[in-house]
Parts: sequence; C-alpha cells; structure tokens
Amino acid sequence: MAFSLVNRFEQDNVFVEKIDNLINWARSNSPWFFQFGLACCGIEMMAAAAPRHDLERFGAMPRASPRQSDVMIVAGTVTLKMATRVKRLYEQMANPKYVISMGSCANSGGPYWQYGYHVLKGVDLVIPVDIYVPGCPPRPEALIQGINELQRKIREETPLRKVS
Amino acid sequence: MTVSEKSADNFGVVKAEEMVLNMGPQHPSTHGVLRLKIYTDGEIVSRIEPHLGYLHRCFEKHCEYLSYEQVIPFTDRCDYLASMANNHIYAMAVEKLMDLEVTEKVEYIRVIMVELQRIASHLMAIGTFGLDVGGITPFTYTFRDRERILDLFEYTCGARLLYNYIWVGGVSHDLPVNFVRLATEFLDYFEPQIDEYNNLLTFNKIFIERTGDVGVLPADVAINYAASGPVLRASGVKWDLRRDDPYSIYDRFDFDVIVGDGQMGTVGDCWDRYYVRVLEMRESVKILRQALAQMPTEGDVHENLPKKVRPPEGSVYFRGESPRGELGFFIASDGKSKPFRVKMRSPAFCNLSLFSEISEGWMLSDIVTILGSIDIVLGETDR
Amino acid sequence: MELSDFRKAISGAHPDALAADAESQQWLEIIPEKWGEVALTLRDDKALRFDYLSCLSGYDEGVDGQLAVIYNLHSMELLQQLEIRVKLPREGGRVPSVAHIWRAADWHEREAYDMYGMTFSGHPDLRRMLLPEDWVGHPLLKDYETPEYYRGIEVEKDKRGWE
Repeated sequence: MAFSLVNRFEQDNVFVEKIDNLINWARSNSPWFFQFGLACCGIEMMAAAAPRHDLERFGAMPRASPRQSDVMIVAGTVTLKMATRVKRLYEQMANPKYVISMGSCANSGGPYWQYGYHVLKGVDLVIPVDIYVPGCPPRPEALIQGINELQRKIREETPLRKVS
Repeated sequence: MTVSEKSADNFGVVKAEEMVLNMGPQHPSTHGVLRLKIYTDGEIVSRIEPHLGYLHRCFEKHCEYLSYEQVIPFTDRCDYLASMANNHIYAMAVEKLMDLEVTEKVEYIRVIMVELQRIASHLMAIGTFGLDVGGITPFTYTFRDRERILDLFEYTCGARLLYNYIWVGGVSHDLPVNFVRLATEFLDYFEPQIDEYNNLLTFNKIFIERTGDVGVLPADVAINYAASGPVLRASGVKWDLRRDDPYSIYDRFDFDVIVGDGQMGTVGDCWDRYYVRVLEMRESVKILRQALAQMPTEGDVHENLPKKVRPPEGSVYFRGESPRGELGFFIASDGKSKPFRVKMRSPAFCNLSLFSEISEGWMLSDIVTILGSIDIVLGETDR
Repeated sequence: MELSDFRKAISGAHPDALAADAESQQWLEIIPEKWGEVALTLRDDKALRFDYLSCLSGYDEGVDGQLAVIYNLHSMELLQQLEIRVKLPREGGRVPSVAHIWRAADWHEREAYDMYGMTFSGHPDLRRMLLPEDWVGHPLLKDYETPEYYRGIEVEKDKRGWE
C-alpha cells in the first residue's frame, strides 16, 4: 500500500507506520532526474519537462550534476566512445540510484543494432537498468509512465530490512 | 612609480600557468554530448579543442547496407531538430540522381512542412540559448509554441519528432482535412508571439550585455570556414540557398534574406546570430502564408512514387538550406538499389569548426554563450 | 563558366595536373602530387575564385579499386560550382592537405582520415575525428570488418536464441 500522510491526518493526528514506508514515500515523490540527453530522446525528455507535460508534477526535476540526482534517464543512443563515460557518471551518483533507459537505442541499440559498429547494443551492458521505456523516440507521456512505474517500484522497496 | 602601478601595468601581460578544463561530454550547456578541452589562462580562454564522436552512429555505413528508401528514417535521426529538412534534401538529392519530377501539390506540402520545421527548430535554438545565458522563462515560452507545431506534424503523419514523412517522389500521407485552417490558425497565433519573445529576451538589458559584442565572427573567416545558415548571415553575408540557388519551388515565394546588422554591437556577434533566427521565423511565416494560399487542393501525393528506387550509375552533390545552414548530400550510385556512398555535409559540423577561432580571448563564461549562438545538433555533427 | 572552361583554366596554369579524364564526366580529376598548387590557383585566380569549400568526401571504389577524395567547391563571388576528384592508392596513399587554403577542410580531412585512412600531408593535426583514439581500422573502407570487442564491450548484438 502506498503511504499517504494526508489520509491518516484526516482521522487523527497520531499514526503508526513503518519507517520503511516513510522513507519510500519521501524517495518516490522526489525522483530528481539527471539531465542526460544524449540524442533525439533527450529532446523528448526536455519536452516532458517543459510546460505542456510538466514532469515536476511528479516531483521529478532535472539536475545537471550526477551528485544531486537520484534517477539517471539514459535518453538516446549510447556509443562505444560514450559507454565508459556513462558508467563513470553512474558511479558518481549517490545511492540510492535508479536508471531509466529511454528509447530503443538505450534499450537495445534501436535502429542501429545491426550495422552500428560504434553503437552500444543496450545500455544494460554497462549499467543496471530499472525501467525500460520503449519507443523511437518515446512520447513524453511514455516517459511519464516510466517515471510512475519507477515510483511504484520504489514504494515496494524495504530500505531498512535487507531481504535475503 | 609605485609598486601597485607597476602591477597594474603588468596586468594582462603576465601569463598565468595554463590550465586545462574539461567541459563535457555530459554538460547541460553543450547541447548534447560534445566534449570541449578548454585551455585557459586564468579566466581567459586561450584555446579550445572540441572532441566529437560521442554520438557517432555510423550513418554513412548504414546507408551502404540499406536501400534508398530505408535511409530516410536514418536522415531523420541525424538532425533530430529538423527532420523534415533532412528528409526533404535527401529525397531531392535522390530525385535529382534519378531525374524524377514530383507533382505540384507535393512540392507545396514539402515546403509547408519544412518551413514549419524551421520555425520549430529556431524556437528550440532561441529557448535553449536563453537557458544558456541564464534565463529559464524564454525556454518555457518557446516550448509551449513548439508543441503546437509538433501537434500539426502529429496530425499529418503521426509522429512528434522523427517523421519519415518526405519520401523519394512524394510524401507518405496527404494533408489531413482542415490542415490548412489549423495551420493558418497557428500562424495567426504565432506571429504576435514573436513580439513577446522580443520583449522577454531579445531587448532585455542583461541579455544584450551577455551577447552583444561577444564572439564576433568576421565575414571572410566565416566563408573560409564554410559556415552557413544563420551563422554566416549574421556576419553580414547575404547568402541563403533558398534565394541564391533556388531548389524546389522557393523561387515562387516572396521573402527577405535576413542578415546581421550589428544593432547591439558588432556585425557577427552572438546577439546578431540570435536575432537572425528570430527574424527568420517571421520570414518563414511569410512563406507559409503564401504556400498555404497557393497550394492546389487536387492531386495524389503518391502519384510519382517509383516502384523501386534504383538510380542509374553516377553521383550527385545536392544542397539545400536546413535551419542550421547548408545541408548537402553527396550520393554515389552504382546502379543497384542500395547507395554506393552517401556523404552528409552537415552544417553544424562546419559551423562548430570555427568555434575555437571566435572564442579565443573571451572569458570562460562567454564560451557557453558563443556555443549556444552557433546552435549545434550533435546528431548531425557526429552523424 | 562551364566545366570545359575550368578544364582549360587549370591546364593552362598547370599543364600536367589533370589526370586523363573523359569529356562525359561532371568533375575534374587532378593527380595527387599537383593538387596543392591547383587548389591555390582555384582559390586565387580571378576567373575561378573558389572561396568556399562546400563538401569534402572520402570515397572507396571497392576492394580492387582506389581511394579518392572528392571536393565540392563553390564560389561566393562568381556563383559557380566545381567538383574535383583526387585518386590515390589504397595502401599508403597521400594527398596534399588544403587546410591552410580552406580552413573548413581541417575537420573534413580529419574525418576522411578517420573513415578511410588516407594521409593528408601537411595537415596541422591529423587525428581521428569521430572514433576513439584507440579504435582499430577505418570503418568506411569496403573491406572493413567490425571488431568483436572494444575495451571489453561486445560490439556485435548477441543474437543467440532469437535468430
């Protein structure tokens, strides 16, 4: 169940809830994403953050530095020259960190999967990916759904209890 | 002479230790994955070494494996802010190689799409240039209006960003019902918006201080570096392929070629490069109004689509004016259904090559301004 | 001016610079040793004035053929266009750099070197343009084979199980 402060306060001003859920509530509602536009999908990511689609409704705001961000949206084609940099940027992010692979290119190489001698065939070869958003490029709505799915995933975590 | 006067004399003569700064490939103001190696003397930039290739997606090798029609989606992805222009010029290059004519209606549809795309691309350039110099609001304004153009494209061909719309010999879909009315409504809405951008950004005092007289590009240097598009025109060279080497049906329309006039400093500064784009949107609106009025309503857009695109042996270099400048395709055919060699002459590649030349001697904070004023798309520079 | 006029102008200034080319061709073929001088003439001659290098493309005729460099020139003053081709052998081919004549050629030549491996003698900084420094081979050659690994990353798509 999603944790919602507002509902609880309606009845009483004291409530009992797991700390896990409190942390998840905070984390899932502020998925600050790393402004990491690589190619065409980067433009759609910008469009998603722009007025009409307005990602900040979901607490997701762009950050320019990996140190400040929680979610890395890999938006676009990852080339072999870029792959080592993507890995380093991922390592520079602070835990907990999540990765959304946006678009066919980041998922699997996209239209370049067969003859692209310089294209990485899926960003999951170098960093772990939580959510895949299909499309070439995905519409901003698709990215929003991806972020919602990520929020759902975060809410199911147990940050304090290590599940074996 | 006191000591302090002496040191004041030496200021600017003494060279500090050279420092190398690395900007990119991940940086919010490099417009993609460009890496700049900046050699600085204190805060003054002495030399810049751009490193490209972080988005090299092997476009030219793909062309040799794919048939002529299959290349069109890949041209989309080269310059993803002006896909229609890429489609158009590639299709026209192949048509020239095949000696193929297209119908009147197709020509008009193509011009309408390309000019709408030019407005969308310039809106993006203006918005992100505002972001680069520190104004976030213009970005939201331009994106609001850009979405309206994307709506028109979506209504026509179903895609928002990468269209695969202009085919060799025709276009993929006819214009939908009411398109002319919707496009005219958009133009009526959009034209007053340009004044709003001017009030908001163009004549803003801080913006002028940041961009006027910065990064001046003289005309002869621009020509020697084969600059094109707004970058060349801002330096005072009246050169627009739509006017000076007319292709398609551009010779039928009445529009002006905008050149920079050094209104806020010197001819060819960052402000000029920015303002040329603003005024060009107005010219595009002019072309669009004429094209929408003249367009024939009857006609089949699939009439001249060839059964199989198989040009005779030979080669062609065809160029046209994309929003960023002279976009050229060199296509060599060996008579088969796949191109033997396709070379894309990308305007952003040539425009970026003069970046080091004009940024020498400026402060580090001006680098972002100068780079933003060139308006590069990395998909196109790296191909 | 027509192509035949350009041909006359070049052969007048540099008698043995033109390679034997047919009248039907839409371009002029220059032998590589003479290209540096011819390029200067093309830019500075009053009747030619090619001050704008539109495009420079590398070209591979095939495994049995030669490499070539194709220059598409344009004159801003006289509004004329010309295509020049310089052919060179596949192995160890050298062509004079024109980066000091048209500075636009600088990056284009680096790209052609990157993709085809021909040497531009006299180029100020001939490094790879697009591919990483430690890349092996020149990908646009017709006999290029994609490497299996780059820095431990698999280059080809793993197609096991679905092909």
